[in-house]
Amino acid sequence: MNKKFSLNVNGQVHTVEADEQMPLLYALRDDLGLNNPHFGCGLAQCGACTVHVDGKPTRSCVTPLSEVGGRKIATLAGLGTPEHPHPLQTAYVQEEVPQCAYCINGWIMTAAALLRDKKRPTDAEIRTALRGLKCRCGTHMAILRAVKRAAAMMG
Amino acid sequence: MTRMEKPVTFSRRTLLQAGGALVVSFGAPLTLKSARAAENAAAAATKPPLSPDQLSSFIAVNADGTVSAYFGKMDMGQGLSVAIRQMVAEELDVPVDRTKIFIGDTDTSVNQGGASGSTGVQNGGKQMRAASAEARRVLVEMAAQKLGVPADQLSVKDGVVSATNDAGKKVSYRELIGGQFFNVHLDWNGEMGNPLYAPGKAKPKDPKAYTIVGQPVPRDDIAPKVFAQENFCTDVKVPGMVHGRVIRPAVAGAEPIKVDESSIKNIPGARVVWDKGFLGVVADKEWDAIRAAKELKVEWSQPTPPFPSQTTLYDHIRKAPTRKRDEGKPVGNVDDAFKSAARVIEAEYEWPFQSHSSMGPACALVEIKDGRATCWSGTQKAHFVRAGVAAMLGMPEDKVRTIWTTGPGSYGRNDADDCAADAAVLAKAVGRPVRLQYMRDQGTGWDPKAPASIHKARAAVDAAGNVVAYDFLSKGFSRVDVNTNGSKPWDTLAGQNLGVALKSGDGFGFPGESYGFANKRAAWETIAPLLDRSSPLRSAHMRDPVGPQTCFASESFIDEVAAALNIDPVAFRLHYVRDPRDLAVIKAAAEKAGWQTRVSPRRDQRGNTVSGRGIAYAQRGATRVAVIAEVDVDRGSGKIWARKFTVAHDCGQIINPDGLHHAIENNIVQATSRTLWEEVKFDQKNVTSVDWRTYPILDVTEAPEQVDIVMINRLEVAPSGAGEAASRPVPAAIANAVFDATGVRIRRAPFAPAYVKSSLS
Repeated sequence: MNKKFSLNVNGQVHTVEADEQMPLLYALRDDLGLNNPHFGCGLAQCGACTVHVDGKPTRSCVTPLSEVGGRKIATLAGLGTPEHPHPLQTAYVQEEVPQCAYCINGWIMTAAALLRDKKRPTDAEIRTALRGLKCRCGTHMAILRAVKRAAAMMG
Repeated sequence: MTRMEKPVTFSRRTLLQAGGALVVSFGAPLTLKSARAAENAAAAATKPPLSPDQLSSFIAVNADGTVSAYFGKMDMGQGLSVAIRQMVAEELDVPVDRTKIFIGDTDTSVNQGGASGSTGVQNGGKQMRAASAEARRVLVEMAAQKLGVPADQLSVKDGVVSATNDAGKKVSYRELIGGQFFNVHLDWNGEMGNPLYAPGKAKPKDPKAYTIVGQPVPRDDIAPKVFAQENFCTDVKVPGMVHGRVIRPAVAGAEPIKVDESSIKNIPGARVVWDKGFLGVVADKEWDAIRAAKELKVEWSQPTPPFPSQTTLYDHIRKAPTRKRDEGKPVGNVDDAFKSAARVIEAEYEWPFQSHSSMGPACALVEIKDGRATCWSGTQKAHFVRAGVAAMLGMPEDKVRTIWTTGPGSYGRNDADDCAADAAVLAKAVGRPVRLQYMRDQGTGWDPKAPASIHKARAAVDAAGNVVAYDFLSKGFSRVDVNTNGSKPWDTLAGQNLGVALKSGDGFGFPGESYGFANKRAAWETIAPLLDRSSPLRSAHMRDPVGPQTCFASESFIDEVAAALNIDPVAFRLHYVRDPRDLAVIKAAAEKAGWQTRVSPRRDQRGNTVSGRGIAYAQRGATRVAVIAEVDVDRGSGKIWARKFTVAHDCGQIINPDGLHHAIENNIVQATSRTLWEEVKFDQKNVTSVDWRTYPILDVTEAPEQVDIVMINRLEVAPSGAGEAASRPVPAAIANAVFDATGVRIRRAPFAPAYVKSSLS
């Protein structure tokens, strides 16, 4: 059954009418035209669809709309802009991290939560926090460099 | 911050509409006879045809003086765009930030082969370099006429031509031709695709004069992605578009025999498209298309399950009739040499099917409108996809345009071209533009696979311990069971599902090395596919096609011979390898890694975790790579950590060292993943590895601690490929390191913990 949902995304409130079992990913992409989160697996196995829900990295491909009404949703576009970039975005550009870049929502949004909660994490802490995210191009070494660079920028 | 301009999203058509480049001709093909005519050449209103024999097909000077490069290859994220811009800027003497590149749009570029065999710089760059040099020559000629100064007394800086002896006499490229098109004939070799070459009369610069090539110019395609401002091919939308999904059978080879459309009647806008073996659905909303594909009731035919049990795969390969054999160029008399050997060393190696498993399943959008069709695709080969879409639609190729748009990752013939063909079938059937993205199980389960193979090696040793003969044989599924692109219906699932018979080709490969054994033979044999129609195990090109598996065997075996003869693995290679550039990468890697000369294995470790080092090297085309792996092996669990790599890489002239560094590093990590984890699982009915759980890849917690890279720059040597070469020696380097650590030889990939553990006990 279709229902109306109020979605707070990147500080803006939108109304979406959809099946309540529809994952948030499709509301963001198809109804709101926010292309940042990508469909990678639909199984919460890869992270390409990651957004923040109340600050927590969340796989939007398996999160039904019925669970996110009224909560604060942030996508990669909401993390920072070219004028006011998040340190991770700056570091990603400086380290030239991505190859295909289809995976970056997962890595950046997950690392952003890590760096918010933990100053100067160790290499092991970073790897553990990012465990399970997929990058098929094999950019892992550059990802780790970028997270450390961003951590240093954040002091 | 990096510039936010999106360099690949504007077609020449939109530039024209935006009042950008206009068309001018300054005469017929510029020959010595007609050079004079350049002086009087006036603006012409039409652009020369998009053909490889026209300079305008590659280079234009825009109204604002910027230079546009039109490139018929694709940058799959390895930094090719900026490398090409550097080569163009260098030859034209313009700043690199005054160049733009337009990639993979069949309306704006000729077919230079797309992304293919790491030839982006090697072939594509060579052409762009030649075209740019010719453009500079023509512009200087034009300036000579305009300024009344002989061309040999002119120099160019930042796009301004000035008299060497009188700086006041000057004219800019913009003033000479800005906003107009060249009308200059190139000496095209008549080839399309990778071998296309069309130089002009100009000779490119002396590499010693380079100021832009060789510099770490940053990529400008990253910021738009990091700030979520770039449309991927998955993001393109057009008015009236519907979402499609295709439905694959549970048993490979099955066809729908009954489809109950009423089973999805409650899903808004859902429609079925069924034609012979092709079955798909469309709906207005993507989620509804996904639901419809899931809920549609289908009765399938019940073919005999086509595959052998996975446990018998390698036996199947051993026993299967050889369809084609290629012995390359044997040296000496191998069979006789083995007869007189004092000792024979033999081993056999096995490599599984592997999946591209791109980060996202493929996506394509096809719109048919006013007798023309447009396809947006993440394909590596836009021009070939144009042909494939045209064939599916029954339209002439020139009525179809393919626009390459950044896709979800690509390392060869993945599922992208199949997706474009499927989208074309859906769009034609429903009369609406159709955006089709596969589901994860289709991306992993139904992409064309890297072929499985076995490799047999033997060496003959004389009484003095010299290797006198070497015999190497690869036998496996073809790397061109389906071809490297989807230009022909028989090479796509859509074509095969609609009844076009597979035309399975034969291809494998030889080890790339220069061991100087007196008697030497390397051969390959291919066998028939397991299923000749719409097979999820059809085999095709995947990054460094058959390179990693062949080198896994050949360089593991060299290590086995060295160990059997009690010789250090580096010393053995330095003794037998002949090519000087091969020797240089081996030495460079050993030196950088601090290689200690000793015989493998170590035999001095007693704990649960043991460490080892191993080397492997390979040629790939004209590129050479040596890789030293240092591993830790947990003997209790069988888990291997490839802790450190040292790579020495020689691809001739380096265009952009930062781009090259990333390309090498990513190859090392991806190849480590393939070595340690990746194996397509299947049962008799179908492929059963269909997601990241059933087709695991390397996790970030398992990524190396360190990757040291030595890049050998040979300014005088034409640049060769770097997109894949570093993958090749990785499996053998790891296997050799595991042997060094444990004394146990792993001869089958992947080196997953359970298999390693059983091998160690």
